[in-house]
Amino acid sequence: MLRDSFGVGIAVGVSGVAFGGTAVAGGLSVAQACVLSLLAFTGASQFALVAAVAAGGNPLPGAVGALLLGSRNALYGLRVGPLLGLSRVRQRLAAAQFVIDETTAVTLAQPDHRSARLGFSATATTLFVLWNATTLAGAVGATALGDPSRYGLDVAGPACFLALLVPQLRGARERYWVAGVAVLVALATSPYLPSGVPILLATLAVPLVLVAGRRTARGTRVAADESREEGR
Amino acid sequence: MSHDLLVWLAILGMAAGCFGWKILGLSVPAGVLERPWVRRVAALLPVALLAALTAVQTLTTGSGQLTVDARLAGLAAAGVALLLRAPFLVVVGAAVAVTALLRLAGVS
Repeated sequence: MLRDSFGVGIAVGVSGVAFGGTAVAGGLSVAQACVLSLLAFTGASQFALVAAVAAGGNPLPGAVGALLLGSRNALYGLRVGPLLGLSRVRQRLAAAQFVIDETTAVTLAQPDHRSARLGFSATATTLFVLWNATTLAGAVGATALGDPSRYGLDVAGPACFLALLVPQLRGARERYWVAGVAVLVALATSPYLPSGVPILLATLAVPLVLVAGRRTARGTRVAADESREEGR
Repeated sequence: MSHDLLVWLAILGMAAGCFGWKILGLSVPAGVLERPWVRRVAALLPVALLAALTAVQTLTTGSGQLTVDARLAGLAAAGVALLLRAPFLVVVGAAVAVTALLRLAGVS
């Protein structure tokens, strides 16, 4: 179990280098990159905020998108909370910052409450220490490199988003539809709207696909009923 | 308000909000948010956001105009690395390397 915790913690923790590098390439200072890793401590949202700043203009619409990306951590808390047995408010406040993708995965994989607690703490500690240390290293390194686009560092952001997206596509076909519609909406509106706003508009893909999916499902059911009627 | 101050505001606001999500999940009684449609929307929301972010950051210029350049080749390299189940840093490294090499060769 501890091997799992440290394994996940190390593998993901060192990715902070990519974040630190991308952040500086996107126009953040080393201090801003480090504060994000310390206080936000949830990879996808951090990258999204950097994207908002990198696009120039007002970063606040992009920050809203980044915040929406963090909403999944609330659902993780629902599942992890009971396993960790956090009865006091103080305990919940101390644990909350560490409820993210990786710690949730390790915690939920444990057979009992004791190892769940241990797995959570071990993963959280390894990940937090490494993620913050490597953010600093990446940010300082990228600052030393100078012009980021010369080294192709401006593509690190989208590559990270793609790497975060692909595992989430697995499971249901509606996810591909949502991704496709979101891309179309974002690209179609991007020339006309301030940066960050097209990303927010792209979330409309979720209700659109869900409603369309329900229509189709109902249509199939009606068709199935009708053919049954005819058969009788 | 200076741009740097706006960026700090965005950083601190987003960080506070992210902590808010985390503490919310640990604090509400199970069952309140544990509804099928909440879970479904929560699973689809990151898909929409990440797909849109990937596309906009690869295919638009700083001012939002559509464009195709060396970044798309870099992203394709990342896609191949992902198909080969490469680790996160290798995926990002492949994208950066291909983009940098193309620019070195004179492709914008």
